This record gives sequence, structure tokens and C-alpha cells, in this order.
Amino acid sequence: MTEPLLDIKDLYVQFEVYGGRLEVLDGVNFRVGTGEKIGLVGETGCGKTTTMKAILRILPEPPAVIPRGEITFKGRDVLKMNSAELSKVRGRGISMIFQDPTAALNPVFTIGQQFEPVIRYSSPQNRRLSRREIREKAIVSLQEVALADPERLLDSYPLQLSGGMRQRVCIGMALATHPELLIADEPGTSLDVTIQDQVLRLLRELVEEKHTSVILITHTLGVVRETADRVYVMYAGNMVEVAPTPKLFANPLHPYTQGLMQAVPKLTGGGVAHGIPGRIPDYLSPPSGCRFHTRCPHVMDICRREKPPFFSVDGGHQVACFLYDKSPEARRDEAVAA
Amino acid sequence: MRLLGFLARRGFQSVFVLLGLSILIFIIARVLPGDRARTALGARAPQWVVDRLREDLHLAQPLVAQYGYWLGDALQGDLGISLVTRRAVTDDIRDFLPASLELVLFSGLITAVGGIGLGILSARHKDTWVDNIIRVFSYMGVVIPSFVAAILLLLLFGLILDWFPSIGRLSEGVPRPPKITGFYTVDSLLAGQFATTWDALKHLVLPAVALALGSLSQEARITRSTMSDNLSKDYIAAGRALGVPERLVTGRFLLKASLIPTVSIFGLDFAATLSNAFLVELIFVWPGISRYGVNAMLRKDLNAISAVILILGITFIIVNILVDLGVGALDPRIRLRGARSD
Repeated sequence: MTEPLLDIKDLYVQFEVYGGRLEVLDGVNFRVGTGEKIGLVGETGCGKTTTMKAILRILPEPPAVIPRGEITFKGRDVLKMNSAELSKVRGRGISMIFQDPTAALNPVFTIGQQFEPVIRYSSPQNRRLSRREIREKAIVSLQEVALADPERLLDSYPLQLSGGMRQRVCIGMALATHPELLIADEPGTSLDVTIQDQVLRLLRELVEEKHTSVILITHTLGVVRETADRVYVMYAGNMVEVAPTPKLFANPLHPYTQGLMQAVPKLTGGGVAHGIPGRIPDYLSPPSGCRFHTRCPHVMDICRREKPPFFSVDGGHQVACFLYDKSPEARRDEAVAA
Repeated sequence: MRLLGFLARRGFQSVFVLLGLSILIFIIARVLPGDRARTALGARAPQWVVDRLREDLHLAQPLVAQYGYWLGDALQGDLGISLVTRRAVTDDIRDFLPASLELVLFSGLITAVGGIGLGILSARHKDTWVDNIIRVFSYMGVVIPSFVAAILLLLLFGLILDWFPSIGRLSEGVPRPPKITGFYTVDSLLAGQFATTWDALKHLVLPAVALALGSLSQEARITRSTMSDNLSKDYIAAGRALGVPERLVTGRFLLKASLIPTVSIFGLDFAATLSNAFLVELIFVWPGISRYGVNAMLRKDLNAISAVILILGITFIIVNILVDLGVGALDPRIRLRGARSD
């Protein structure tokens, strides 16, 4: 692979709380190539949003602490940037669509008032534009996300819009900066299914048109299948598997990924969805070794002791599970066990 | 247009509030035991004089008719004669109210600027020593009654350090400004007597600070907690994520969303200050309406009591309207809801 656009290496994020530290991210490795569309799946609370917020340095620090790791965007470590450098990355480098559009819009400012600084500070040229010119750009952005009557929308407050409209406004805002990388955190989850579908379709078209790199976070495997080039599967603060989308769906390797696939109800074949027994571990005292070992049907001794690294299986398919350890020592252990 | 409609509606509602208040005042003043004419004239007045006054006051007539006369007079600006000062109550009020208003407005200014300022400072430096000092200070401000603060300030800054004059509105020998608004600071400025303005301002500082301390602390606490709550809201993270500069994110955008509770509490506190000012006025020998009202109560000066209560009622109404306007200006959710119910 050529130089990746975004490269996260061994990232740890912890939260200081009463009674200890929540060890949320536990050595995350994650890459996005230029122009790539990445899907990120995993159950609620597994650290997807935390990872994304860490990239933009918008985790509240404190309580969040980043003791270790590297987040390289276009060759520079975001974690080492000062606020001036950071402000160049935010918006025009990477921008983000939040899960809940209602919470992501400030309730006491009009859409126009919120659009203005986003456009103004997205490039040095824009800083010199007049209000009128900024407004024109905002109108274009709103038209791109297929919102009617943008003039009136700009003078409206978020509470005057429907949920779907708010989500479109958020997408419009996130794309108004012409980012190189767009993070879409479960866009439309808070909306009903048809609107959600429309929003995702729109998002797909827009990033296709603008050749934007995308990280799409979602619970819905179907959405990933349609959108992403590669998929990362995350469990309890670790990336457990990554593969090109067709490979992952054809041949899920990690026991957690397999469980996730079985948990999807199928329309054909009358299959019943199977959940994965147990729940995401407590981050205050996470399980030793592989964090999935408490729920894993194939658990081995080593899983309780050691944290599995990524094992390459074939052509970009990697999995963090000792079942796929093909090193000489592992084979010897197998032989001994047999 | 919407503003005018709002004011008209609230003005109309206020008429009923005031009418209710006037009935209450009237009844309270009448159900008290004792012959009002006799009380007014004293035990040694001859009976025929008392009877004359009874007639003048329509005391023989039914209560409803009495209320009619009283209201008619009140509407014409006649609230009767004060037993203590032997002057028309309205004249007394014209003298005493401006002194109190000047004090209360000045203390309101201190509350708003100091409270919001400390709150912002505290929230910006959350959990650092700055925040800790402000929090301790504001806890003390909340629990220390204003009269204790008044005495402490008077002793420290008035007597020991002698930075500020300790009593009255002006020093001896300083010419009084001509009466225009009744605010010495404003009137002297208008008249070009700048030395008087300075003197009047210095006299205002201690009582105003004493009066402001409680609500200032409350404002600081509320501003701090709302701001730090809102700081973890998604729209703050979203603003940052989209490259909006930090000074706008935590300045303009956070502040406007965070000041709403502060403004409502400020209004309530501010209106209450006027009625709570009497101890501070007493300590600083401030010739204000609050002190006048308390004296009236101690002497059963019914006309004066009624007038003071009426003034306080009107103040509450005006302040409430202003607060609603302020909150509406900050919060479109309230403004638009108001418009929809029209």
C-alpha cells in the first residue's frame, strides 16, 4: 500500500473516573488509504466513536487520557500537534458527521450562524469572504444535500427542522469544508429506516462525486457491504479483524465477526438470528489477554494470558486471534497439544 | 412586531396581577384590628376629630365601596398620608425609591458582570486552583447573609482600610445634584458635577457589593455548571471537528447557550434584592425605600406599607418581563414557542 492518509498505531485511550481508569482503547491499529472507504463495525460501546474523536482530538481531556499511540494524518502525528496545526487538520483535513444530528447542532443559533464559521475557517481564502459570499457557499452546500429552500433554512433554528433535515444539514456542513477524510458516525441511526436509507444513499453519492476518503461507522452490516472497500471489526477497544469487504463477508475469521454475522436476521432461508452470549466487558477491569476470551466459543489457554497481535491470513485479511497463528512456535504448541 | 405583541400581552396580564395585588394589600390593611382613624390621630385626639376622619376615609361604608375609593385615589397617584413622616406617601416614595433603585441597579450590574465573569473563569479553568478559589468564594457568598457581608465590608474597607466612605449617599459638604432622575450618579453627570459623581460612586460601592455578593455567587455557580455541562455537548465537539476556532466554540457558541439559566435566576434574584435591601440600607444609613418600608411596618403605617408593597409588586412584574425578553433573546426555543401559541 502507498503512504496511507490516516494511520493509527497502537492507540490507547483511557478515561479517568471515580475509582480508577476506564481502559477503553487498548492498542488500536487502523489505516485509511487515500480515496478509500472504510467501514467500521462493532457493538455499541466498543470504542468506535472514541477512536474517531481521538483522531480529531475532540475527546474531552480530562477525563480522557491518551497515554500511548500515534495518529498520523498525511505523515504528521495529530497527537503532537499544537492548536494552530490542529485547526488546519480539523474541517479541511478531516471532518465528521455525528451520530445524533439534534445534539450536534447548537440549539440557540440559526443554521446560517453555525454554517458561517465552518465555511469561513475551512480555507485561508474563505477567511476574506464577505458574509454574503459565505452565505452563497452555504446555500450551495445545502442544495448538495438536496434540501429545498436553503435561504429560509439558513435563517431557521434547528428546532424548526425535522430530524432528517437536521441530518442533511450536518452532512452538508461536514462536506462544506471539502475534507480529505470524512468520518461518518452512524449517520441516520436516530432516524427512521426510510430516511436513514435516503441519507446514506445521498452520502454515498456525495463522497463518490468528491472522491473523499470515508470512515463509515455503523451497526448495520448491510450498509457496510454496499459502501466500504475495507471493513474493520472492533471489539472492546481492539480492532479484531480487517479485510476487503467481499472477503470479510465471504470468510469471516474472528469468532466475534462470525458471531456478528450470525446475529443478522436473514430475509431468505428463514434463518433465526443468533446473538453472541454475554456482553461487552467492563472497561474498569477488562479481561486479561484477548478481551473477547470471556465470550469466545473457541477459547484457548493462551487467549487468557496474551493479547493476540494481527495475524495476516491472505491479501489484506488480518485477524487478531490465536486460532490463526501460523508461526513455528504455535504449530509446535499445536503438535504438543495433539 | 412580535416584540410589540409580546409586550402588549404581558402588559395586559400585568394589569390583572396588579389588580389582584391591590385587593390583597387593601384587605390586609383593613383586616388588622383597631380603628384606623384612632390609630392615625392618636389616643388624645378628641372623638369628633376621629369621627370626621372616619367619614373622610369612608370607614363606615362597606368594604367593596372602600376599595373603590381607595383604588380611585391610588390611580390618581394618591396613596394617602404617611403616619410617620406626615407627608403624602407618594412624595416619600419619590424621595426614597430612587436611592434604592440606584443601589439595586448598581448591585445588579456587579452581580451580572462579576457573577458571569467568575462563572466563565471557573468553567474555563475547571478543576484547577482558579476554579477552586472561585468555588470556595462563591459557596461563602451564598451562605453569608448580606447584612453580615455588609458589616464585614463596612469594618474592613470603611473603617480599617478607609478606602470607601461608610455611610450615606454623599459626603458632607459635597453639593447635592439637582433632582432629575433621583440617581445621584446620573444627575451629577448630567449637571456636570463630576466630583459629586465620583463621591456618589464611592458611596455606592460597599452597600452594592454587600447586596450583590449572594446573587453574584449564585450566578457564578450556575454559569460554571451550565458551561461545563454544555462543554461536553456534541455541538461543541462538532464545532471543533469542523474546524471552527476554539475562541468561537467556547466563546460565542458555548456562552449564548449557557447563559439562559443564569439570566432567569438573575431576574429572580434582582427583584428580590429590592425587598431584601433593608438591612444593608440600615447598616449603611442609606435613605432607601426598603428601610422606609420596614420602618412603616414597625409603626403600622398602613398607607406607607401598601405603597411599598405596590412598588415591590410593580418591580417584580417589570423585572419578570425584562427577564422573559432576555431569555427569549437568548433562546429561540422559548421565543418560537411563544410565537406559536399566539
